[in-house]
Amino acid sequence: MSPLLQASAVGKTFGRTRALRGASLEIDAGEVVALSGPSGSGKSTLLHCLAGILVPDTGEIRYGGTRLDELDEEARTRLRRESFGIVFQFGGLVPELTAAENVAVALMFGGLGRAEAAATASEWLGRVGAGDCAKLRPGDLSGGQAQRVALARALATGPKVVFADEPTGALDSVAGEEVLGLLLSTAREHGTTVVLVTHDNRIAAFADREIVIRDGVAGEAPAVRR
Amino acid sequence: MSTPQILLALLAERPKHGYELKREHDERLPGAKPLPYGQVYSTLQRLERDGYVTVAGVDRESGPERTAYELTPEGAGRMRAWLAETEPPAPFVTGALFARALMTLAVGDDPRAGLERQRAAHLERMRELTRAKTASGAPAAEVLAAEYALLHLDADLRWMELAIRRLSGPTEENDR
Repeated sequence: MSPLLQASAVGKTFGRTRALRGASLEIDAGEVVALSGPSGSGKSTLLHCLAGILVPDTGEIRYGGTRLDELDEEARTRLRRESFGIVFQFGGLVPELTAAENVAVALMFGGLGRAEAAATASEWLGRVGAGDCAKLRPGDLSGGQAQRVALARALATGPKVVFADEPTGALDSVAGEEVLGLLLSTAREHGTTVVLVTHDNRIAAFADREIVIRDGVAGEAPAVRR
Repeated sequence: MSTPQILLALLAERPKHGYELKREHDERLPGAKPLPYGQVYSTLQRLERDGYVTVAGVDRESGPERTAYELTPEGAGRMRAWLAETEPPAPFVTGALFARALMTLAVGDDPRAGLERQRAAHLERMRELTRAKTASGAPAAEVLAAEYALLHLDADLRWMELAIRRLSGPTEENDR
């Protein structure tokens, strides 16, 4: 079986900073994988490349059989909306919309009608324990509530892959673990692939497998320097 | 561990015999090293000699003879005093993985490959503990014991990561 996600010799430079220098990895469908490594290791950049948010300068990113790095912006956006769910550290909710609207909008982008989107959004907010927050705007939510809403938004569209960048980084540990537990139990139930970026070993231990990113290279230690 | 004080605490509820104490020790301190049976009896004998426990009765009815012990007021006082004590932070650094890495350096070899393997072994154990603590219906004592173990393994892991980075020398500054 060929992997669902694949990075081959991916390089990415920002200005003078070489964030990725030949990172390669493979992730199978249904796997829960942690990309871990110290801050500055390139793990977030690699996640953004895998999710089609960033395009690498060199190397290839494949999703199924598709070369993600060769798609234009519009095609990548469509793929993200149809197949990916994305959860960022600070929630990334639209501040002008209520929690329910934040989730519903993601569904309407996917082609659902307004009424159906509202009903599905309400169902998912309930499922992640954020039913009480439906009418609140992000500014009125606690960190934990905002994470739950972001989770509902990422999962409601029925994604094939959920990308989570330090999803619990902004929370205390017990609330963070609850959100993470919710994400992973839902993903495992639906066979959803999860790619989780974290610098926290205790969070990485929730995954089935760990890929260590060090100095922009995945899965192996940097070359010995003497 | 403080076996005498733990046995005194387990006797606070009611008189118990040695086998019960061993079983309860292992149940109530999940993840701790199981208490050897022989140690239960030798400890109880010392506690009895020192006046902290006394024989409450001998059960001869079923199978082998079983001596039940109960807490004396002195034993209860000693146990309460122990519970109220503050544990001094460990004065020495111990641990085989620490010694192995430093001795690898001492003989002129590079400990990083060994640290990478150790890192993987630690994370595998952390995954087991995480599965145990997130299993539905896991009792509170088991969750707390797993978290205690997880945080200690995490401390080792973070030291290993720092050691690997220090031994790798300066790297280009990249902040992504």
